[in-house]
Amino acid sequence: MKQRRQVTLYGLTWSMPIVVWQLIFFVFPLIFLLLISFWLVKNYRMVPGFDTVNWVKMFSKGYFWDAYWRTLGYAGVATIVTSILAFPCAFALAFKVSPKVRRWALFFLIVPFFTSYLVRTYSWQIFLNDNGIFNTLFALIGLGPFQLLNNFFGTLVGYLTLCLPLVVVLQLISLANVDRTLVEAAHNLGCGRLRTVFQVIVPLAKIGIILGAVFTFILAFGDFVSPYYLGGSKPPTLSILIIDTTKSGQQWPRAAVVAVVMILTLLTIMFAAVGAAYRKRT
Amino acid sequence: MSMRPPRHFLLRGYVVLVFIFVFTPILTSFIFSVNSDRFPTIPLGHFTTHWYETIFADPDVWDAFRISGIVSISVAILATFIGFCTAYTDYRYNFTGKALYLSLALLPPTIPLVIMGLAMLALLARINMSGEIYSIVVSHVVLCSPFAMAVIRMRLAQIDPDLESAAWNLGASNWRAMGEVIVPFCRPAIASAFLLTAAVSFDEFAVAWFVSGLNKTVPVIILEILQGNTDPQINAIGSIVFITSMTLVILAQLILMRKTINQTAAGI
Repeated sequence: MKQRRQVTLYGLTWSMPIVVWQLIFFVFPLIFLLLISFWLVKNYRMVPGFDTVNWVKMFSKGYFWDAYWRTLGYAGVATIVTSILAFPCAFALAFKVSPKVRRWALFFLIVPFFTSYLVRTYSWQIFLNDNGIFNTLFALIGLGPFQLLNNFFGTLVGYLTLCLPLVVVLQLISLANVDRTLVEAAHNLGCGRLRTVFQVIVPLAKIGIILGAVFTFILAFGDFVSPYYLGGSKPPTLSILIIDTTKSGQQWPRAAVVAVVMILTLLTIMFAAVGAAYRKRT
Repeated sequence: MSMRPPRHFLLRGYVVLVFIFVFTPILTSFIFSVNSDRFPTIPLGHFTTHWYETIFADPDVWDAFRISGIVSISVAILATFIGFCTAYTDYRYNFTGKALYLSLALLPPTIPLVIMGLAMLALLARINMSGEIYSIVVSHVVLCSPFAMAVIRMRLAQIDPDLESAAWNLGASNWRAMGEVIVPFCRPAIASAFLLTAAVSFDEFAVAWFVSGLNKTVPVIILEILQGNTDPQINAIGSIVFITSMTLVILAQLILMRKTINQTAAGI
C-alpha cells in the first residue's frame, strides 16, 4: 500500500499511544533503574549521586558470580531439556494428526500459558514433596523416598510447567508450515526417516525451534517462582537475589546492578539467537 | 496415511503424556480444593467445602478479588486500545524507524517480571505513586499491550487491503473508514484481546507484588500464603483463579476461531 508521506493527525493518533505509554512506563523506569545503580544508600534511604561503589561491591562478591553462573546454567539446561521434550510432541501434532486435532491441541496448549503459573507450581509441591503423591506411590512398590523437591529437579519441573506448552506451540507453528513436498522429495531420494527429520525438517523449522528456545531461556533466566518454591530458594538465582536484596535489605541500588546485568545478558543472548534464526534462509 | 506403524502410537502416546503433564497441576488444584485433609496427599480424605467456606469468610480474599477485578478490567480496556492503535499503525504505515517502533511495542514481555517490578517500584516510589491500584494498572498495561497488539494484528492481516481504499474512493474520510470498515472488521479480535489481556493481568503476580503495597491482588495473596506453610486454602483460591483465567482465555480463542475457521486453509 502506497501511503502519503506527510505526518497527519490521523496517523499520529494511532501511532503515538504506544510510544507515549512505553516511554513513560517502560523505557523510563528501566533507565531510572540504571541510574539508581549508581546511587547510594544512607540511613536506609536512597541518595541520588554517581558512585560506582555498588557495581564494585557486587562484582567483587563471590555469591553474585555464583548466582550469575548458576542462573545461566539453569536457564541453559531448561532451554535444552524443554526444546528436546517439546519436539516429538510438536512433530506428532504437525505431521501425524488431522488438522482438526491439531487445531484443538493448539487451543488447549495456549490455555495453560495464560493460567496461573503460581498455583500450578504449588500443585507440583503436592506431587514432589517428601510425603507427596509421587513418594507415596513409590513407597507402595518399595522404592524411595526420593528427594524431588528443593533441588534442581524440582526447579526444572517448574521451568517445564512454565515453558513447555509455549515451546510446543512455537515449534508446531513452524513445523506445520514446512513444505510437505520437500519432505516427500527427501523420501523419494531415499533419505531415511530419522535423517529426513534432522536434515530436512529441523532446518526448515529452524525459526520456531530457536524462538521456542529463546523464550524458554528468557523465562527461566528471569523466573523466581520455580527456583524459590520448587528449588528451595537456596542457593539463590539472580531473581531471588534481587528479591532478597530489595525486600529485606533496602539495598535497591545493588538490586539494580543485578537487574542491569540480567538485562544485558538477555539482550546479548536474544540478538545472538535472532541472528542465528534468520541467517542464510528467511 | 493408511498404514499406522507402531511408532505412530508411540508418538501419540507421547503427545498424551505432554498434555497430562500440562494439565495435571490444574486438575490437582481442583481435587485438593474439595479434599478434607489439611496436608494434601493420597489417599484422599473425604469431600468438603470447608476450604471454600474459609476463603469466602475472609474479607481480605474478597478485597483481593475486588482489586483484581478493577485492575484487570482497567488494564484490558487500556491495553486493548493501545494494542489496537499499534496494530493498525503497523498494518497501515511504513516509516523510518519502524523496527525500533515495533521493538518498543513488543519488547516488554522479554524483560523478567522481577526486574519490571523493581524498576516500576523504584520509579513510582520516587514520585509517590506506588502502592495504589493505578500503580498496578499502569505496569500491567505495559506488559499486556503487546498481547493485544499481536491478536489484533493477526486479524488485520486477513483484511482485504482494497476495502479501506474502496471506502476512501467512495468519499469516506480516514476517520469514517476507520469507524465503518476497520473497527467492525476487527471487532472479534478486539473482544478477544480484551479477554486475553484481562486474563494476563488477573494472573500477574510479580510486578503486582512489588508495586501493590496494601492493595493486594489475588495472585499477591496467593504468593504470600505460599511463603507460609502448606495451606489448602491455596487450592480453593487457585481453583477460582483457574476457572476465571481459563474461561477468559477459552472465550478469547473461541471468538477468534469462529471468525477465522472458514477463512484459513486447513492447518494453522
